[in-house]
Amino acid sequence: MAYSFPEEVLEYVFAFLSYDKDRNAVSLVCKSWYEIERCCRRRIFIGNCYAVSPQIVIRRFPEVRAVKIKGKPHFADFNLVPEGWGAYVYPWISAMARSYPWLEEIKLKRMVVTDESLELISKSFKNFKILVLSSCEGFTTDGLASIAANCRNLRELDLGESEVEDLSGHWLSHFPDNFTSLVSLNMSCLGSEVSFSALERLVLRCPNLRTLRLNRAVPVEKLPSLLRGAPKLVEFGTGAYSAEIQTDIFSNLVEAFSGCKQLKRLSGFWDAVPAYLPAMYCVCSRITSLNLSYATVQSPDLVELISQCPNLKCLWVLDHIEDAGLKVLSSYCKDLQELRVFPSDPYGAEPNVSLTEEGLVTVSAGCPKLQSVLYFCRQMSNAALITIARNRPNLIRFRLCIIDPQAPDYLTLDPLDTGFGAIVEHCKELRRLSLSGLLTDRVFEYIGTHAKKLEMLSIAFAGDSDLGLHHVLSGCESLRKLEIMDCPFGDKALLANAAKLETMRSLWMSSCSVSYGACKLLAQKMPKLNVEVIDERGHPDLRPETCPVEKLYIYRTVSGPRVDKPDFVWTMDEDAVLRLS
Amino acid sequence: MEKTPDKISSAAEKNAVLNLKETELRLGLPGSEFLDKKATGFSLFGKDLKDETNKNIFSGAKRVFSDAIDGSNKWGLCINGGSEVDLGKNDVLFSPRGANGGVKNTNILQSSHPAKEVPPQPAKGKKNENGGPSTTPASKAQVVGWPPIRSFHKNKLNTNLSRNNDVAAGKSESSCLYVKVSMDGAPYLRKVDLKTYCSYAELSSALEKMFSCFTIGQYASHGLRGKEEVNECHLMDLLDRSEYVLTYEDKDGDWMLVGDVPWAMFTDLCKRLRIMKGSEASGLAPRVIAKCKSQH
Repeated sequence: MAYSFPEEVLEYVFAFLSYDKDRNAVSLVCKSWYEIERCCRRRIFIGNCYAVSPQIVIRRFPEVRAVKIKGKPHFADFNLVPEGWGAYVYPWISAMARSYPWLEEIKLKRMVVTDESLELISKSFKNFKILVLSSCEGFTTDGLASIAANCRNLRELDLGESEVEDLSGHWLSHFPDNFTSLVSLNMSCLGSEVSFSALERLVLRCPNLRTLRLNRAVPVEKLPSLLRGAPKLVEFGTGAYSAEIQTDIFSNLVEAFSGCKQLKRLSGFWDAVPAYLPAMYCVCSRITSLNLSYATVQSPDLVELISQCPNLKCLWVLDHIEDAGLKVLSSYCKDLQELRVFPSDPYGAEPNVSLTEEGLVTVSAGCPKLQSVLYFCRQMSNAALITIARNRPNLIRFRLCIIDPQAPDYLTLDPLDTGFGAIVEHCKELRRLSLSGLLTDRVFEYIGTHAKKLEMLSIAFAGDSDLGLHHVLSGCESLRKLEIMDCPFGDKALLANAAKLETMRSLWMSSCSVSYGACKLLAQKMPKLNVEVIDERGHPDLRPETCPVEKLYIYRTVSGPRVDKPDFVWTMDEDAVLRLS
Repeated sequence: MEKTPDKISSAAEKNAVLNLKETELRLGLPGSEFLDKKATGFSLFGKDLKDETNKNIFSGAKRVFSDAIDGSNKWGLCINGGSEVDLGKNDVLFSPRGANGGVKNTNILQSSHPAKEVPPQPAKGKKNENGGPSTTPASKAQVVGWPPIRSFHKNKLNTNLSRNNDVAAGKSESSCLYVKVSMDGAPYLRKVDLKTYCSYAELSSALEKMFSCFTIGQYASHGLRGKEEVNECHLMDLLDRSEYVLTYEDKDGDWMLVGDVPWAMFTDLCKRLRIMKGSEASGLAPRVIAKCKSQH
């Protein structure tokens, strides 16, 4: 005799499951669990907007309150995806407007969002609370005005690093006078000046404001009044952090900062002038996250600041910090988990700062909790990488960018295979890896053998042959995203590992040697993949089958070829039987 | 290709330093010797197309990685396709661009195979396959997608730093760096960073490269199939028929012909670029004159 819980009980139990993986597992147990689960799932994450259609999502999950959708491939960040490629959010918004009237939260990454979409959001969801637009584009400040004017219960407006057509700062003034629910505002990507009095009034009337990230146009002398108006701030981003030194501005700033007892995260600091950095010293002891990636101050000033932040967990900084500054970091900031060092002059022929592999080695030795690294530098050695790997087997993300493509080990002139090999061998929990420097197929052999938890791999100017790609596709069991530029990988590895592609979210290959014929063949073999060729030279049929395609984007999907392709994108197999006339 | 519309030349006369020809968008290979070497340029394309290995059909900037590194450590391949063998014979490919050298020409290339131009081979003593005069770049050539820095970050940061090369003093720091470039009839936009160029000539050359392959493709797709048919004769037609003019939208929202103001001022004013068909551009000239008049 079978006993089962009433539906309501199961629903209640399932409500405690927040991770998608758990929810997915639950839905596979049996049909009735599938049905119960799908009706009570509230949060949806769609890693690739073209992997599924809005209709399919809505049909399965009728009670969603929060969606997160990602669009363009990651390499779009580096201008590798031509404009007009796709990732339009409007079809999603319009479908959800009809079916999810109670939607509260929309988070988008690398999608094209129009003012029309924003207006539709603002008018369709009465209880809308959270809008996060990360690296999006396609909208103007008019769209923001709609959101401000109509979303009465808005809590979070985060524009991330989006490209917004900045018509004016007037949008902020559209928040009604009785609007008080704001918890988080990130407008750091905007150029135009907003009305300061409108901003000040907004801050003053929103008692729950915890995150305020201003844009560059807000001058430093205006910061104190905002900080005083929001003493419970946890995260604060300054505007341009420079002015002529005036003692009253400085002392106002000190006083205002010291009033913010809960401040933990700081960012902004455009044009930072060293003389104003000490204004923050009073909060440094509580600071856990510091984003100085726009602050072009020199190492001594950075060091002075950082040495006062013993609780620092996350540091983003320019290479002005130099090896010397990283040494100080490693001795003062023992809680450090994430370090990102950006290049201040990536196109200069000669290094402009004294930042080498040594800085990273020192941090790896001194910071036992370091797990996430993004490091731009100009030289690297296998020895350094091996040391880093041995020091920090707990690394989860390791992204190294040696600025010169195919730069060898500067000491031995060998490829950096063994160095990266050591990274994947020692760091068994590594989930994300970006390679650079001179690399042969050998590094991929190491990766395929050891990187069993690796989920995302970025490769450029590496490898000798298809064998390299084959090692990765056949060995990396957890691989979800693979992105490759300018590598000699061709048809063989791809076709031999065709089935692997269905287990991954996506594969990007640009400037490689995959032929048009192979793309067609792959698409025929694997009907559940979209094999998209991006080629600026016109339809691939105009060239021989053996001709390599410029760019290739392959992803699994349940909704077939996409219908919004621009002229320079072709889905294989569907188009393979059609010919241009 | 000669294109000197009457209306535009009168504007040119107004600005003695103006050299519209330099800023004219022309098809084919970059280089001040372009007009003389036209024939060579075509034959280069022709050679590509007859390449037995079937690579680089319709050349443009497309090149297979293995062409670049064929085991003999040859680097620094041409932007415009062709096997390395051909390169030595054509110094049209890398024309010297003043002090910044030929490598600057590779700015914001189409993304395919840009890498080979990037490493400063001359500086490192690697063999420079370019037939042209070998030059040491003052700064690294930019390659699309490398280094992997978000243009967002570059834009916001660059206005902090002072650039040591180029640029007249007094340049506004708040100017937008990345501008969109569209071409009439082209299926997609591009973005260029104006701060990476020092002159109209550099910008023009970069744009030529960016869009030339589209134009070839466009013509090719109109009834031409297979490499055999795209021969010199068709490309000649292409060139003659090609009448593109480079225009920009300034801060007032007006569309102007590129080249009417000094370069430094241009980078401040320019919000967006558009490669227009010549026939459409003729309407601009009166405004150019009108605007010049109003500014005087």
